[in-house]
Amino acid sequence: MSVRVLLFWLSMTIAASAQSFAGLGEGADGFALPKRGTAFEFPRDYGAHPEYRIEWWYVTANLTGTDGREYGVQWTLFRSARAPRIGGWRSPQTWMGHTALTTPEAHFAAERFARGGIGQAGAAADPFDAWIDDWSLTSQGSGYDGLRMKARTAEFAFELDLTAEGPMVFHGDNGFSVKSAEGQASYYFSQPFYAVSGAIQTPNGQMDVTGHAWLDREYSSQPLGRTQSGWDWFALTFESGHRLMTFALRDSQNAAFSSGSWISPDGTFTSISDGSITATPLRTSTVNGREVPTEWRLEYPARSVDITVSAINPQAWNDLAFSYWEGPVRATGTHIGKGYLEMTGYE
Amino acid sequence: MTKTALFALLSHWRSQPLQFAALLLGLAAATALWTGVQAINSEARKSYDRAAQALGQGTEVRLVSVDGGGIHRETFAVLRRAGWQVSPVVEGTFQTGAFQVQVRGVDPFTLPPSAASPDLLDQGRLARFLDGELILTHADVVPGLTALGLSAEIVPNVPAGQAMMDITAAWDVLETSNFSYLILTETRTNGLPALADLVPQLERITHEPEGDIAQLTQSFHLNLTAFGLLSFAVGLFIVHASIGLAFEQRRGMFRTLRALGLSAGRLTALLAVETLLLATLAGALGIGLGYLIATALLPGVAATLDGLYGASVAGSLTLDPTWVASGFVITFAGAAAASAQSLYRVATLPILAPAKPRAWAMASSKARPRQAVFGALLMLVSLGIAAFGSGLVAGFLMLGALLFGAALLLPSALNATLRLLSPFVRGPVFEWALADTRQQLPGLSLALMALMLALATNIGVGTMVSSFRLTFTGWLDQRLASEVYVTAENSAQAQDVHRFLDDQADATLPIRATSTPLMDQPGQIFGVVDHQTYRDGWPLLTSSNSPWEAVAQGSGVLINEQLWRRTDLILGADLELLPGWVLPVVGVYSDYGNPKAQAIVAQSDLLGRVQGGISTLGYAARTGRPSELRDGLITLGVPAGNIRNQAQVKAFSLNVFDRTFLVTGALNLLTLGVAAFAILAALTTLATMRLPQLAPVWAMGITRAQLARIELLRSALFAALTFVFALPLGLALAYALLAVVNVQAFGWRLPMHTFPLDWLRLLILAILAALIAASFPALRLARLAPSRLLKVFADER
Repeated sequence: MSVRVLLFWLSMTIAASAQSFAGLGEGADGFALPKRGTAFEFPRDYGAHPEYRIEWWYVTANLTGTDGREYGVQWTLFRSARAPRIGGWRSPQTWMGHTALTTPEAHFAAERFARGGIGQAGAAADPFDAWIDDWSLTSQGSGYDGLRMKARTAEFAFELDLTAEGPMVFHGDNGFSVKSAEGQASYYFSQPFYAVSGAIQTPNGQMDVTGHAWLDREYSSQPLGRTQSGWDWFALTFESGHRLMTFALRDSQNAAFSSGSWISPDGTFTSISDGSITATPLRTSTVNGREVPTEWRLEYPARSVDITVSAINPQAWNDLAFSYWEGPVRATGTHIGKGYLEMTGYE
Repeated sequence: MTKTALFALLSHWRSQPLQFAALLLGLAAATALWTGVQAINSEARKSYDRAAQALGQGTEVRLVSVDGGGIHRETFAVLRRAGWQVSPVVEGTFQTGAFQVQVRGVDPFTLPPSAASPDLLDQGRLARFLDGELILTHADVVPGLTALGLSAEIVPNVPAGQAMMDITAAWDVLETSNFSYLILTETRTNGLPALADLVPQLERITHEPEGDIAQLTQSFHLNLTAFGLLSFAVGLFIVHASIGLAFEQRRGMFRTLRALGLSAGRLTALLAVETLLLATLAGALGIGLGYLIATALLPGVAATLDGLYGASVAGSLTLDPTWVASGFVITFAGAAAASAQSLYRVATLPILAPAKPRAWAMASSKARPRQAVFGALLMLVSLGIAAFGSGLVAGFLMLGALLFGAALLLPSALNATLRLLSPFVRGPVFEWALADTRQQLPGLSLALMALMLALATNIGVGTMVSSFRLTFTGWLDQRLASEVYVTAENSAQAQDVHRFLDDQADATLPIRATSTPLMDQPGQIFGVVDHQTYRDGWPLLTSSNSPWEAVAQGSGVLINEQLWRRTDLILGADLELLPGWVLPVVGVYSDYGNPKAQAIVAQSDLLGRVQGGISTLGYAARTGRPSELRDGLITLGVPAGNIRNQAQVKAFSLNVFDRTFLVTGALNLLTLGVAAFAILAALTTLATMRLPQLAPVWAMGITRAQLARIELLRSALFAALTFVFALPLGLALAYALLAVVNVQAFGWRLPMHTFPLDWLRLLILAILAALIAASFPALRLARLAPSRLLKVFADER
């Protein structure tokens, strides 16, 4: 998955020091920087990397209820560090959890915050367990192969079992993903092949659901380029079994940087280079008092993709301390499918 | 014509600058005292509002330790991971030298949004807050924090005397590592694991803020307001005198203006405009002065409110349109009241009424019997209220009627006294001087009334404060019989402390208390063990036979004076302590300085009755070696701040007490100053009008210096006589304050003690003030050019 909400959050909390690591060299603040050609090591890399400034575990799930209706669930855990250390109550590590549940009519979102080092939130590698309060993403077998995902808020709750039906995907150059023309990069890998079953609870009651989910893991020490103002990110699963992930970083000069991956049902994938895919807003909706594009045209000529992506519930605004649009979408056109769309920078 | 007439009227002040100053300063002083008090009250109220807001609209659901001690920090993550939405808070007092600050350590990640939650969303503030580099405080503690090298930022929603910081920073400052309590931020906990299984050592309580501070302190502010009003009244005497004189002196001018064709209506209107202008000027001046007074007094008031009620009030003042407006309103009202009579006379003046400079003073003397009758009536009203009235407002009304009645009676009383004195005076000069003194009485009476009010207030309030202090000191000696007081950190430590004290101290008296409403009032129940210390020393106002035995056997309850006076409980009456627990009242003890209701029962009964147990951390100990005991307790691990010895507690209590009445003392002195100024103003204006009386005496061979000395002597005589009349009035005032107002305002009644040495001091002060006030006119008289005295004869014919 691409540059996410956390960067925005991070740029707020460390605005004062952001300048010091705008370049590509090792920051004077001691954080590690992603290097091309580094090999991942598991189970270690399932868990947290406190030596990097930012990190997240990001799950989105497209679900269908026994009532035949479509639902979406988001479970996200962000880690952010002020210094590359761990420690108890004085730990410079901080955590933020976002979770949301979207129905065709309603959208619920909640957030949690925690300081690191005290057990309130964390991400252990082996056995894998990521949590904040009573929201958790816990391994049920080996690594990310089988996960139980839980969250509970005053308005909704869910408990879902995720079973991987394909391999993990390492984006960019074997997990080294470039984020701007200037060269900012992150480590980025995904498990896009989850089958999901479980139950969700809304104010209307409990509902058994099935569907598919996508896990993104990313960590880095570099924020967005200074001129980048927001992004539009798509993760789609087609009925053909193919997956498409693509993001476009919007610039304050309106020039966008785009990238992505085209994933075959067997897990082999092709990197999408800057400029070879285009995303065009077709229609906007008024969401929470702002205009947000909730219908898009995606064109990827290399794979003859020309689809319309539209929101299942255009009002999927995460109205949290750091707010953005995130919700389930439907794809029609040359390829049929479902997925998730995230849009930031429209606040 | 109108413009010319107005200029003509205003020109009077150019030729009488001193009179102008008297009028302006009198009105300004009156306004200043009133505004100062209003400013203090309004600042206090704002502080209460802030405090109420910061507490999160009052109630808060908390998890606290069952044993009353700190909460171990591991419990936080346990609860959060189980889904309990809690946020930790550590609270404590940080003190170094004279500087003290209430420290509140919070976890910004989980703190629920409320008026008091810090705004940390931008500019890297969160990071600075977490690193202890950002402390959010009220303005009043910034200098103290800065002196300690801490960088503090003033934020509007932090109450006075408080500093908010990250919990880790607070741990450093308070030298602890626990939580005081956990705020439950989401109270819908259905489906969560039970608290008793997760953290059996914690219980869920609903925290109510300490009573309603605004209500508790209401009487205190009413007290201040009454004082302000009194000061204003004293100031009005001056204004009335000055305006009356100014009108009288300008009779000739009025006649001329009227003869030139100015209608009576227009003349009155012009004079009203003049008064309005003067009032505006004086009002602005007075409000400025009031601001200065309030700024000077506010720290004292803040300390008082903190000491008496635990109410936090900012020590600094902000300019508030409310009391500025109220200052102007009262200035205009006062000026209108002071000038109404004179304006009426001008409006009804016959067009060619001769200018008679003494007419005003003489007319006043005719008014004396009427005044005396009115004064006597007011005294009767005062007596009536004392007999039949009840409540604080009635108390103040009674005081007001008493004071003003006495003031109105003063001229007649002085006149009678002077007449009584006349047979004892020998020699023509003194006989003349005495006669002249009586002659002057009307012109001075208003100033003397002001002096008497100031003196009486001084005596009354002084007597009350000194009586209180004497009683309070004795009470402290009895009440604080134990030498050492200690509070353990947690129940484990409490057991150690108990064992240690049993071993080392002469007697161990565990203190157990629980908060609960008593007769629908905020209150506390204390459980005590049976011990001779209580029987020997505890100050009981009234009791049945052997009350402590009844308490020890669980067959009786002692209540404090506050509860006793506010309710109709009598000895033997039943008091419901907790639902289903009723005991007869067997005694009443005095409990100064505590605004709440209180009851004392046997400790074992209390522990058995209160559900879930109560905090068992406080101990009092009798010992002959307090410092050794203290060292031993510190070795046990009890923080030094939790151990207090008797001397410390006494010193602290007396300190609070003295600060409490510092404000009263300051206002007293200011009022006396205003009264002295009234005398100066009256004498100065009289001096110019009295030349026709003085000239013949001078012509008969009395030198100007002799005349001046007589002036001084007369002034001192007036002051002394006024003091004589003020003394009984002051004592009556003291009695009213002790027996009526204090009972209503604070809930306790005090025995009255008298302090003759203080009276002597005050008498000297009054005479000095009068002499100083008279010295300027006397000096002027001594240096008066003989030609002016001669001119009197030329002008007369």
